[in-house]
Formats: sequence, structure tokens, C-alpha cells
Amino acid sequence: MNDTPQSGITKRDLLSMIGTVAGGTAMFAAMAPLGQAKASTFTGPIKLEGEPRGKKVLVLGGGVAGMVSALELSRAGYLVEVLEYNDRVGGRAWTIKGGDTFTELGGATQTCEFAPGNYINPGPWRIPTEHGGLIHYCNELGVGLEPFQQQNYNAYLHNTEKFDGKPQRYKTIQADYYGHVSELLAKAVNQNALSDVVSTEDAEILLESLRSWGALDSNMRYVKSNASASRRGWDKGPGGGLTAVPIPSEPLDAHTVLQSGMWRSIGGNLSNEHQTAIFQPVGGMGQIAAGFDRAVGHLIRRNSKVTEIRQSESGVVVNYVDTATGQRLTTSADYCICTIPLSVLSQIPLNVSPTMAAAISAVPYRPSVKIGLEFKRRFWEQDESIYGGITSTNLPISQISYPSYNYGSRGPGVLLGAYTGGSMSYELTAQSPAERVRRAVEWGAEIHPQYREEFMNGVAVGWHRVPWTLGCFGMWNEESRAAHYTNLCQMDGRFMIAGEHASYIGGWIEGAVTSALDAVSRLHQRVQAG
Amino acid sequence: MIKLQIISGVVGGLALVGALAATAVAQSASPVAADAAAAAPAAVVAVTGEDTYQHVCAACHMPDALGATGAGTYPALASNPRLMAGAYPLYVVMKGKNGMPPMGDMLTDAQVADVVNYVRTHFGNDYTSMPVTPEQVVAMR
Repeated sequence: MNDTPQSGITKRDLLSMIGTVAGGTAMFAAMAPLGQAKASTFTGPIKLEGEPRGKKVLVLGGGVAGMVSALELSRAGYLVEVLEYNDRVGGRAWTIKGGDTFTELGGATQTCEFAPGNYINPGPWRIPTEHGGLIHYCNELGVGLEPFQQQNYNAYLHNTEKFDGKPQRYKTIQADYYGHVSELLAKAVNQNALSDVVSTEDAEILLESLRSWGALDSNMRYVKSNASASRRGWDKGPGGGLTAVPIPSEPLDAHTVLQSGMWRSIGGNLSNEHQTAIFQPVGGMGQIAAGFDRAVGHLIRRNSKVTEIRQSESGVVVNYVDTATGQRLTTSADYCICTIPLSVLSQIPLNVSPTMAAAISAVPYRPSVKIGLEFKRRFWEQDESIYGGITSTNLPISQISYPSYNYGSRGPGVLLGAYTGGSMSYELTAQSPAERVRRAVEWGAEIHPQYREEFMNGVAVGWHRVPWTLGCFGMWNEESRAAHYTNLCQMDGRFMIAGEHASYIGGWIEGAVTSALDAVSRLHQRVQAG
Repeated sequence: MIKLQIISGVVGGLALVGALAATAVAQSASPVAADAAAAAPAAVVAVTGEDTYQHVCAACHMPDALGATGAGTYPALASNPRLMAGAYPLYVVMKGKNGMPPMGDMLTDAQVADVVNYVRTHFGNDYTSMPVTPEQVVAMR
């Protein structure tokens, strides 16, 4: 923030004026140059001006990248055909609810037994404010959004090796961490240890801010007090009538807080993509698929497995198999936007330049497992006052996320009982779905003993067993970005690539949206250029 | 009896977490990593080549090593002549191939050698000569 009070008008005043006069879109556009609202590269609805010249575009993959491409190209007047492997659209924008079945590689089929209204998002599950492109399409396509509880101060931090394995409330750890850091820093200021970098005048302000940030007392100490208890929680909370008097709790000492390692969890919630406000579609991510389906579903051929992509100077020819009938089919177009995950595309015969071919083969796919568990009642709400949000743990399940919908309902509830990355994902994926669920229940019961009594059923998706992605999402590193990213995104003859794998927002739908818009714009420019 | 443990907690996970963090800097906050960063287990501790196969490789290549096919394919490792020379499977395990991630960061030198040799001598493969050594793994790191 660099307000300019000298001129008598601050940036905030200016933005508020623009907002009043010209509406929110103009305000957003005006904010970007002022450097305050840099989110994804999405800056507003795309405008493809000029004629499509009767050209046809073949889009491979009916996930979000493919459907954004199809929507915008068809609006601009292009002929569009989409081929999708699954019998549904949406790709990883996917929700599993009661009655749904899922067959993974290896043949195991799960039929979800959740009660009506309960669901799990096996892939992406939340939409940050940062992701303006996806929010734009949700708004446009009638996909309702509701708050996703990313950070719940009443959820737990848990480590089997700390506090005898007893879960700690997030707010307790955060308050004690902030409190002790504030006290230590205040001590350093008062001992003039920072006098070479902090002026006397700033030191006074710093002390005042530390008292506020850390809930310190008048002696700049973090101690048992109403002030600290109002952040970390009370031994007995305030109330009304004769039992009203609150009793503050005793803070953990600095050594314990530091040694717990639980401060690690605070940083994760600070990233742009995890900040409040953050959303989820009402009814699950599958509603995003449904929204696009309403708009472009008629352009999409389902059950179509691409087997070969050949381009020439005159066009692109794609061979595919109807997975329902086994029939071999061919289609063609002037151009092709391919959104097939690179883990799959790298196995499909395709004539592109050696540099693009190398890029397609250079991106390994990340492992991840998500497990949805249904319980007879919402004990996390009823017994523990946890309404949505995430508990983090060093157990192999990594986290438990409580549903950010239907708070207070009396019927069965579904929570996310595991969301893993790393080596544990391989181990869980290697097991049968029933075994994954069984182990998630066993581990989760270490945090919520109610699991044992209340568990009903579960579904488990190991992303390396998902037949149409062979992994969760593309993993880039600095070296592969430098060597291959531009080559991957470059238009190659009549062929282009889009998807989260062709973005710097890997694993998020916004990467799919922004890469599709970028590809569509460049393709349109090419057509305009003749 | 297959025995496998996952190193958990701060001490066991630290070295690998550091290694992963170094490779992740160019990426936007990964949706998985950001949440799992707290203290999630990272390294595999498997005792034998069979352990490592059944708890890591089998996720994709399947417990019977027959692979699987959907939109794409996990190749069968069973009865696979490409395993004749140990260098090829060693290279793939260490460096990855197409969508397959490099596995070297999660596994010790001995684990890599053991699992390569296990696959080369099981599932209808009988390539017992010239087993891969941990020294070869070190040379490829």
C-alpha cells in the first residue's frame, strides 16, 4: 500500500469512487495497474473480435480447459467438436455422491453409499478469490458458490509425537506462537538489541504493535490473562447470569510451542490461494461440470478415446475409439486444442516438433489420495464445535476436512478423511479401496475416537489409478520449466496444448481456465492473420 | 509377511521435505503440498524389494505387475524383456518416464537396487545375472 495523502486522495478513495461511478468490473480493471489485485492472469471476459473464417477446431478433452475453449470458440463463430474419454464431462471437476460408481485401473469398482446431499470432491475442491477466471465462469454459468472454510481456528493441529498425541486447537497454537514471538521481539527492542535497524520512534510503534499482535500485557509479557484467553481459548468461557465469570487458560511455554513444530501449519494458510474469502460450488465441484455441460454439452462426444493425432499443412486428423461400442472412428478439423493430461498424451502417436514432444514427456504426475468417510452423525460439530475447516496431522492421512455445508444437520455427515501427497499416496493407492478406507478410519480415530462408533461407509480415490489422468496433476520444477514450458505452450503447426499442466497454477482449475483462454486467443490471432 | 513403515514426524521427514521444497519453488502453491506441508510423512521405509514393489510400484503397475489400461497405459512389468538389462529399469525408477515420477528421492540406494532386482527376478522375469547394485544407484543420483 502506498497511499498518497499529500494529494488529499488515497488509493482507497479513488477505487471507491471508480467503483461507485463505473461498477465493479471497472474497479477491478483499475485496481490492477495500481498493483493491488494481482491474482491470476484473468482480467475479464475474453473478446475474440474478427471472423472465424469458417474454421473448425477440434478440442480433445471435455474437462474445464476443453469446455472453456469450446465455449469461447463457438461463441466467436467457430465450428467446434469436443472428444471426451469419459461418459461424463468435467474431468477433475468431479463430485462423488450417493449412487455414483467409479471403476479404477485394476478393475476395483466402488459404489458410493452416501446419504442424499452428502458428497466428496476427489479432485479440486475449493476456489480462491485469486482465481477470477473460474469465478467468472461460475457466475456466468449459474454455478452457485458458498464459503469454503479453509481456516477454522477451532479445528485441530495434531502430531502423534507431541502433547501425548492429544490434538491442539489451531487458535491455541497460533495465539501462543504469536504471543511468545511478540514477547521475545519486545524484549529485544527494550534491550536495544535492534537499535541499529529500528529508530527510537519506530521502536515505540513496534512495541505497541507487538502488544496488539501478540495479546501481551502492560509489561509486554505473554501471560495467562483475559487478553490471551480471548485468543487461545478459556478454561471456562464467559457467559450470562451467575455463572458468567470467565476463567482464563494457561498458555503453553515458548519452548513447548517451538518444539511442537505445529507453527508450520500457520504458514500454509497465509498463501494467496488459501486466504479467506475462498469458495466451493454449492453441491460440489461437479456443479462446475454441469454448468459447462448446459452451455457446451451439445458439442461434446463422450466415450471417445483418442488413439492418434496427425496434423498436416491442411488440417488435423484424429483417430478415436468409441469405448462403449469399440467402433473405430476418425474426425478432422483445421486446428486442434488438446487438453489431454500429459501422462496420457505422451503415449498417443502425435506428429509435433521434437521440442514439443520432449516437453510432453517431461512432466511427471503427482500422486494423491482422497478418502471420503460418512458417519452416522456430525460428531465434529456436536461434540467438538468444529464447523468446517481442516485438521492437520502427521498421521499418513495428512488432514481431515470437515464439510463446509449443511452445518447442524442431524443426519449422516461426510468428511474428507485423508488427503495425501508424497510416498503415502503410493502406498494407499496400491491397496484396495476398502483397505484404504479401513486404514483412514483407523488413523482418524486417533484424533476423533468417535470414528469407531459412528463410521458408516467411505470412498477412496487414488489418483494414479484414475483411468483418464494416470495421476493427480503435472509436476513442474525450475529446471523443467526452463527447458520445456514455452515449448509445451507454443502453437505447433495446427496443434496447441491447454490444461492445468500448461500453466503456472498447477493442480488448480484456474490453471486450466487461463491456459485455455491463452490458447484460444492465440489460435484466433493465427486465424485472423490468415 | 510384508513389513513397511513410513517415517513420520519432523525428524524423519525433514531431509526430504527440504529436497521437495527446493524443486517446488517455481510452482504456484500446490494444492496438495500447501495443506500437507505440516508434518506429513515423506520417505518410504521398506525392508525388501518385494515390500517396495507392493507399497509403491503396485500403485500403478498393479500387484500382479500386469499393468493396466485406461485412456493411457501402465506397462506390464511381468514377462517384460525390457528388464533384461538392469540399467533400463534402474534409469526409469530414478529418472521417471513420461507421467511416471522419478522415485529416487523417496527411496534409499538399497531400496532402489532391491526393487529393481526383485522385479527382474519375479512375475515371469528370470534375469538373475548382473543384479543392480546400490553403487550403480549412487552413480545415477
